[in-house]
Amino acid sequence: MDSVRSDLRQAGMQSFVALKILIAGGFGAGKTTMVGAVSEIQPLRTEEYLTEAGRGVDNPDGVERKTTTTVAIDFGRITFDDRMALYLFGTPGQDRFWFFWDDIAQGALGAVVIADTRRLEDCFPAVDYFERREMPFVVAVNCFDGSRRYRIDQVSAALDLDPGTPVVLCDARDRTSAKQVLITLVERVRQEKRQASAAVSR
Amino acid sequence: MSSERWFGDDSGPMVRLYALTRGRARPNGEFLDVIALIGASTLPEHDLTLSPEQAAILDLCRTTVFSVAEIASRVNLPLNVLRVLLADLAEDGHIRVTHPTLPGRLPDDQILREVLDGLRAL
Ligand SMILES: Nc1nc2c(ncn2[C@@H]2O[C@H](COP(=O)(O)OP(=O)(O)OP(=O)(O)O)[C@@H](O)[C@H]2O)c(=O)[nH]1
Ligand SMILES: [Mg+2]
Repeated sequence: MDSVRSDLRQAGMQSFVALKILIAGGFGAGKTTMVGAVSEIQPLRTEEYLTEAGRGVDNPDGVERKTTTTVAIDFGRITFDDRMALYLFGTPGQDRFWFFWDDIAQGALGAVVIADTRRLEDCFPAVDYFERREMPFVVAVNCFDGSRRYRIDQVSAALDLDPGTPVVLCDARDRTSAKQVLITLVERVRQEKRQASAAVSR
Repeated sequence: MSSERWFGDDSGPMVRLYALTRGRARPNGEFLDVIALIGASTLPEHDLTLSPEQAAILDLCRTTVFSVAEIASRVNLPLNVLRVLLADLAEDGHIRVTHPTLPGRLPDDQILREVLDGLRAL
């Protein structure tokens, strides 16, 4: 971290803390909606072009092809004062994008996985990803109108979550609700930190 | 593999973007985080060799610093293409880059308490 610190000092911004939170989940789960509900700016959209090696199998001529795909990333920001800002990244959930996720996830504080109970399995890849990376995350169950209600323990069991991983019900359109999800996440990060330092001093 | 096939039918913007980065998929130099902050140190009107996209970046970051993600969105460039252009601008001394203080695996509890206070006050 020393080189980072000296860069910041040169820029006269040594005390500015920038934090990242990822908002993940399956197609249509409410990622963009949640970023928009808490961001102080109109959520922005950026794109990334990906070049993927073709599978070969489905090409009649057997020649390897590359195709390009565009991935849309939502971006929102919450500035607390002139020293600290929280950046939110809504990222697509398909697991073939993981290699590109690494780009954004690096150094992130944690993640929110939005679960849509109509298609709970859509968030498996995201849950898997954050568990593997040991990144703190919470599962936010987005309560769409007319969708079947599950109890929190049912969702937790269906996703095979670690006992400590929080599951909260939310309405991604509602600012207070989305804010509560982020608070739960930051509390979770604190808790993991306390557990880790207790383990060290034991 | 022919280049026509690579770019497919709606290839216009892709060809243009790769031309912008002179074919490079990865920037020179260090990894640029999406939340690194960029400020202009020169004015676009002082260097007529800049591409319109580079000039637009300097213009945007003239008086305010912006994160990489926000610049990508405002000047309408894909993140990976923008990263290449920013690395070139940095190399030529046109921009200042402030790398973020990212929390380590275990961020400082004081920082986390401040984030919580900030969120609760929203
Ligand atoms: N009833 C209800 N509708 C919601 C809620 N959250 C999102 N929606 C709606 O569901 C639709 C999809 O939400 P988005 O925020 O676009 O979902 P997304 O995850 O960004 O979708 P993609 O980017 O396409 O994967 C939109 O029409 C939202 O208005 C919610 O909590 N309740
Ligand atoms: Mg979306």
